[in-house]
This record gives sequence, C-alpha cells and structure tokens, in this order.
Amino acid sequence: MKRRTVIGLEIHVQLTALKTKLFCSCSADYRHSPPNTHVCPVCLGLPGALPVVNKEALRAAISVCLALNGRVADRLRFDRKHYFYPDMPKNYQITQYLEPICREGYLEIEYNGRTKKIRIRRMNLEEDPGRLVYPAGSPLHSPYSLVDYNRAGVALLEIVTEPDMESPEEARLFLEKLRSILEHLGVSDPSLEGAMRVDANISVEGGERVEVKNIGSIHEVERALMYEIVRQNSLLDKGVKPKRETRHWDPAHRVTIPARVKETEEDYRYMPDPNLPPVRIPAELVKAVAESLPELPDKRAERFVREYGLPRKTARVLVSRKLLADFYEDVVKMYGGDPRRAANYIVNDLLNWLKDYGIKALYSRVPPERVVKVLKLLDEGVISIRQAKELAEVIVKKGVDPEEYVKKAGYVKISDEEYLSRIVEEVFKEHPKAVRDALEKPKAVNFLVGMVMAKTRGRADPVVARRLVLRRLEELRARGASQTSSR
Amino acid sequence: MRLYTLPAWRLRWELVEGGGDPASYVEQVYERIRLFEKTLNSYITLRSMEEVVEEVEQQVREARRGAYKPLAGVLLAVKDNIAVEGLPNTCASRMLSKYIPPYTATVVERLVEAGAVVIGKTNMDEFAMGSTGETSAYGPTRNPWSINRVPGGSSSGTAAAVAAALATIGLGNDTGGSIRLPAAWTGLYGLKSTYGLVSRYGLVSYAESLEQIGPMTRNIMDLAVMMEAMAGFDPRDSTSLDYTPSRGVYTAAVERGEEGARLSVALLEDMVEHEAVSEDVRRVVYRAAEALEEMGAKVSREKVGRHVAYYALPAYYVIAMCEASSNLARYDNIRYGYREPPRPWEGWNTYYSRVRGEGFGREVKRRIMLGSWMLSAGYKDQYYVRALRLRRMVRDRLLSLAERYDVLLLPSAVTMPPRLGEAITDPVKLYMLDTVSVQANLSGLPALTVPAGKVRSIPLGVQLMARPLGEPRLFTAASMIATATGLHDLIAEPVG
Repeated sequence: MKRRTVIGLEIHVQLTALKTKLFCSCSADYRHSPPNTHVCPVCLGLPGALPVVNKEALRAAISVCLALNGRVADRLRFDRKHYFYPDMPKNYQITQYLEPICREGYLEIEYNGRTKKIRIRRMNLEEDPGRLVYPAGSPLHSPYSLVDYNRAGVALLEIVTEPDMESPEEARLFLEKLRSILEHLGVSDPSLEGAMRVDANISVEGGERVEVKNIGSIHEVERALMYEIVRQNSLLDKGVKPKRETRHWDPAHRVTIPARVKETEEDYRYMPDPNLPPVRIPAELVKAVAESLPELPDKRAERFVREYGLPRKTARVLVSRKLLADFYEDVVKMYGGDPRRAANYIVNDLLNWLKDYGIKALYSRVPPERVVKVLKLLDEGVISIRQAKELAEVIVKKGVDPEEYVKKAGYVKISDEEYLSRIVEEVFKEHPKAVRDALEKPKAVNFLVGMVMAKTRGRADPVVARRLVLRRLEELRARGASQTSSR
Repeated sequence: MRLYTLPAWRLRWELVEGGGDPASYVEQVYERIRLFEKTLNSYITLRSMEEVVEEVEQQVREARRGAYKPLAGVLLAVKDNIAVEGLPNTCASRMLSKYIPPYTATVVERLVEAGAVVIGKTNMDEFAMGSTGETSAYGPTRNPWSINRVPGGSSSGTAAAVAAALATIGLGNDTGGSIRLPAAWTGLYGLKSTYGLVSRYGLVSYAESLEQIGPMTRNIMDLAVMMEAMAGFDPRDSTSLDYTPSRGVYTAAVERGEEGARLSVALLEDMVEHEAVSEDVRRVVYRAAEALEEMGAKVSREKVGRHVAYYALPAYYVIAMCEASSNLARYDNIRYGYREPPRPWEGWNTYYSRVRGEGFGREVKRRIMLGSWMLSAGYKDQYYVRALRLRRMVRDRLLSLAERYDVLLLPSAVTMPPRLGEAITDPVKLYMLDTVSVQANLSGLPALTVPAGKVRSIPLGVQLMARPLGEPRLFTAASMIATATGLHDLIAEPVG
C-alpha cells in the first residue's frame, strides 16, 4: 500500500566565495591547509576578542534571499545558541534565531512535467564550528580527539524549507535547483567538500517525523530518503509506528543509523549577542543587491529556449550547473553552427562520460575548443555521427585534441568507391530479401545503407554509400528488365 | 624629587621638559612596591624593573624628540582582565592562570601610543565578579588607607596600586560599579564612560552589554588625559560608538571646572536617602553638593523613583549573570587554561565538568549556574526578559533626568569599605554594595567617582552622572569638587 510521504530539508551552505570568515579577517579558504593555521583571537574565541560582521556575508545572504524569492529582514541581529562541544571555540554559536535574515521564500521545481512550489520557511546567517579529527578514524576507537579550528567562523547560511516535498526525487530536484542558484549567484561553490550539508526531515503517513542528519551530497540525500521510506514503510507494514528520532546517514553501508538518544531535550538558552547590536539593513542595500543579481537558472533556461531554439528539457539540463551552462554558451559562440547540435552533443554524449570526473572537468580537462572541433569535423563530413559519439569518450577520458586523434587513429570517413562497392556487393548477397524489398519500396533502401555503415563500423561516408547502393539497385533493375525482354 | 607623587600630567612635564630622570621615577615606584606590595597584594603580574626602565626611557626619548606623548613615561597598572600581549591574563582565576594572550587590547595599545608604560597586571575579583576584591584566586587585596578593610572591587588591585602610588595611573573595568566603588573607597577618580565610548576589544567579557574599560587616577586632569588617549571609535568592537573626542576636549573641561561653572545639578534625593546608604555616605554627598554650589553650580533635588532606586539592582544581576553564563562557557580548558590534561578516554562532558568545577571559584560558579538557569526555557521570560524590560525603564527615567540637568549627583558607595571577610560570606550583602552603581551600567550613561570627603581618615568619593557623551560635564563638575575640597592627589601610606 502506498502511504503519503512528507519531506522537509535544512541545508547548510558555506559562503565559500567570501574571502574572510563571518566575524574576523581570517581567510575562509581553509581547505588543504594544515590544521589551525587559519585562526585568530576572534575565531578561536580567545578571552576579550570581539566579533565584527563581514559586510560581504550580509550582501551574499541578501542575494540568496532575493534569489529564493524571500523577504529580507529589516535588521541584522544575532543570537547565541549555547551547547558544549569541543569544535565550538566559545561553546556557543553565533546564529540568528528570533530574526532570521530571510523569511518566506520559495523555489519552483519541475517534476513529472508539472511545476511545483517548495516554500522556504527561513534562512539564517551563522558561524561554522571547527572540525573534530579522530586519530583512529572514529570516536569509538580513538583514545583522544583533535580539533581543527580552521573552519571555525566560516560563514554559513542555513536554509530551512517547509515540508513541501513528497518524494526523494523532489528533494533531489530542489537541491539541484538550489545548487545551481548558489552557483549562479557566485556566493558558494557547493561542489567543495562540506560546502553544502543537508539534514532531512521525513515522515511517512502513520508515523512520526524522523530527522536524518548531516548528509554530504545531493545524491546521498536521495539515497538516504529512499532508504528511510523503505524502512518506515516496512515498520508500518508490520504494524510498528516509526518513532520520532534523529538518525545519521552512513554512506558506506547506505543505511541510516539511530543517533545517540539525549536524555533531555537540548535547551540552547538563546539570547541576543550583546557584542553584535542589531543594525538596520538599509533598503538601498537590498535594492542595490537586487539590481546586481545575475541571470538565474530559470531565466537562463528560458533564454536558451528562445535564443538557441533548444527543447525545454535540454535547456534545463544545461542550466542545472552554472559551469555546464557557461561551457555550452562558450561552445556555441566559438562554433557558430547549429546551437541545437551543440546542445545535443553536450547533453547526450559529453555529459555521460563526465560523470566519472565531475562537472569540474569542463574547461580544465575538456576545453570548449575541443568540443567545437568535434562539431566542425562532423559538419564537414570528415567524421560520422557515430565517430563523434566515440570522440566524446576520447576527449573526456584521454583528454586529447580531437583533430589530432582523428588523424592518428585513421578516423577518416571511407569514401573510396572501389572499397565501398565491394562492401555493397557483400551486403546485397547477404540480404537478398532486403534487396527485393528495396527494388519495390524506395524507403527500404535505408536498411541496405545502414548495413553498409555497420560493416564499416560507421566509417563509410554515408553519402557515398547511399549512392553506391542506389547505383547497384539500378543495375539490378536494368538487368531484370533485359532478362524479361529476352524471355 | 619625589616623582612618584606627581600626577601624570605633571610627571610628563618633569620627565620630558623639566629634566626629570625616568629611571629614578621607576626606581621610586618599585621601592614603594617593595615596601607595600606584600601587604596590599595589588599585583598579580609585575614586570621586571629593568624592562620597565628601558621602556620608560624610550617613551621619554621619543617625547623629547617631539612625538605627541601626553603620557610619556607614565607607569600604568592594568587590571588582569585586559589583554596585554605576552603578559599573563589570569582574570584572578585558576582557570586562566596559564593563559598568555597573543594580542593587546585596543585601549592599552592607545595608551602606550600616548606614552604610557605597563608596569604590571593587577589583582581583581575573579572574572570581575565581586565588589570587594575578595573573590580573587590570588588572595584579597587590602585597602591602602586601612589595611583591614577591602579596597572595593572588582578593580581592587588597580585601586590599591594607584592609591598607594605603586603606579601613577591605572585601568579598570566597570560592569556594575567595578571602577567607581573601589575609586570611592581609595580616594581616586574613576570613570565608567558612556557605553561604546571606550573599546572593549581585549577586555575579557563578563557582561558585555553593561561593561566599559575605564581610567582610575589620583587626579582629575589625569583622568581627562587618559580618556583623550583611549576613547573613540574602534572598528574591532561592534558596540563602539561612531564618535572620537577631539584632542583637548576633556582637559579643557577640567580647566573650566577649576574656575567654577554654572552647572545645573540634580541631587538624587531618593538615592541619597536610600535605606541601604549609611549616614557617613550621606554627609559626604551633601558636602559635595555644597562644594558644587560654592563653585557656581545650581543644585536642585530630584527623585528617581522606585524602579531606578530599587529594581535596578535585581535587574542588573539577572542580566549580568545571564550574560556571564554565556561568556564563561568558553572556559573548557581546551585551547588555553591551566595545566590539567584530560585522562585517556575521558569524555569531554566529564572533562568539562571536572575542570570547570576545579578552575572556577565559588562566586563565579554561583553566577554561571544562576545565569544558565535564568536563561533556560520556562524561566527566561520570568527573569531575563523581565530584567530587560526593567532595564529600559531605568534607562528612560535616567535619560530624561540627564537631559534636564548637566550633572546628576548621588552616592558612589552605599557604606564605608567593609572589613576583610565581612561582606564576602553573604552574597546578597555583597550584591547590595552595588545598589547605587548599577544604574549607570543599565542605562549606558557615563558616571564618574570623585573624592569628596574623609570618614575616619579614609577618603570617600561621590558619584556624578550625565547624559550620553556628557563626559565633559562630568570632568568640569569633578574638577569643581576637587578645587573646592582640595581632596586630590591623595596618596595612601599603608601601615601594618
């Protein structure tokens, strides 16, 4: 029996594009740095050090709020959330509790051909904690833990949706859309490790709400939710009501496991941070940010349809990642040919092979010029469609220039008539029935041409092949006529 | 010449222009430290004399070459909750006994830029929580005017050191009277400035919405000189006001007071006649009112009302304790602290409980626990939120009074200083010592303590308050009282 599923998400996005942390001037680009090298009195919470808000973080938060169709708060206010944890230098986190920077936004996703609105309840700015490092890999096996405060104080945006999603696919689509918006705004690079972390709330009709914490990628969110639906449904099938709890996603075993149960409800003892008195967010600032918003994915997809004549579906795939859409437009510009052909090639062929390398392989591993070269070789009839498809794999996996590869691999179309005539001869011998059909119905000719292509593994020049097939058919017809007359 | 007796502004002149010997000034001060420090216990960290002599000579050299150094060579005692790079910053707590900050507070940077030289870090109530100096993990400081009595707190060490001339000027901080109360009991001038006028960057937080760093001196002019050097906007403190006093604005106000000025003064009657205020104190406040009138002021009587006189104190303690519970959460002994490593496999919650149990003193733990409780769900509205409402009422009332008068006059301490051990045993008795001080912190108004009388040979100060950024008025009024009473540049000679 099918039960209704309700899903809500809490997404933590690091504002990775900021040069500095949320409340101090330490570099926020801490990845690949030795532990505790991006720290200062402020982000270490040393006695007497005071936080000062990074104005760029405010701008970034406003831009995300506007892009998610939200209402920007009148003032910027911070609260302290208290709990003891070694990755938090002050044992409280500076966050926004009573007055989040943004409320009441929404995002539209396309699902099963329908547009669906996912509401966003709130969005707040806060500081990221540091990171615990366990010398033996896990807390269970380590006699001590180490703390790296490089991440402590990096600006985070927490985005909380309403429980408006009804399937793991919708959750994935929402997150993909959000990711692309963040990429287009240029405030975050969600592909960096830990830059986008998701907590998912899911309840299946008849059960309580379950929270799955700290899922590291969009793909894993979908998996974790699918797992939870199966788990909760099978409990309900057995007559057991899923209880309200927090679980963790274990990506290695692809299961969720119950988190340690707290004896008492955590009381964060929120209070306004006296070091950060509320400041007005000037309407002019919001206006200025609104005016400088870049073209966002939805608008960009519409433009792709309008300007390049792409099918909506193809356009949506292209704008799902900013890098991909940029790449496409660069190819179109350099290519000068049919933008639809370029789109098809990128979406249907190139993307397939990119999966193993990630979207970042675009530009770095696969420069747009190489795709343009493939498309031109195709247009000039030097290679066949099939060869172009093969080249997609080659330019991604081998990372080579297609022109040179084509030359080296003897990847040129066979237009040698003597050779192709022999192939045609063979095909005619092997498929006498098809030949008889072709003599009567011109449409059946295609089958014979196709067989010639197949025998040459797609390398035959299809134009020459067709001409030779037609000539051979003509000869047969002529011979047939003369035989009849001689009778 | 007895250079150690001079106020800072005179001392600077002697050293820079009068040919005074910087080394002999430092030696004189260290000689007094040798004589009295054992009795007083005013310093937690004292720098070596050689180092200090070198820096004083350097500052004086630069001033002689023409650098603007209004405090050239002047020895500065810094309360041990204000960061000075490389010097221990204990907050008089075992918890921070091994902590050495890698940076310097803005205020200290500015005073050093103006020529001052840090001589040491002074004793205090642990984390500034106390009104007598007795909650220190380093033992109590004694009042140099009467060594069986407390000097007042929490800036107890700075008060004792400056009063006994173990330094020429000092820094304290004032969360609920911590500068003004000890100043009142040791014959000093002390200022809690308008909230946000002085940077808090580098001040170890106790209750940030209430506190300010401030100067403590034996002479009103010194207070003005220090404030001109240290006050003003600091980009590192988000609560810092976008205001920087122009050079000479406070010293000129002091000079105006020497001539006398037609200030309007409100004597806060129900604060003076408050039942917690002793007869001795009342007499000194009325004497101060007369002194102001002698110098040309017009004194009227005003009532502040019950909220200000009675409810301010509980509101203050609720807010201070709530903020304290938050601010002191960071002391988990992981990033800094005292030497006590975790045991193998000891969970961090167990470790935190253990070190926080051992590292903090009783009064600090009391305030953390009460604050945590008052902020917790279900109690927050009854205590914290209500206290914030009271705070607004106190501020509104005092603001309206301060707008109508140049200066408000009230007691700075409710009684004469208690004997050692007398107040510390009963927390409520201890908190009552702040009855007349917390209003300035709750409202953010500037308040200044000025010596105005002596009771059984112990000096006693009174308190002046003014509207936000009304510091010049305070300097003028304090200078008028100083001129009329002659009670300035008092130096205690501790006996015992």
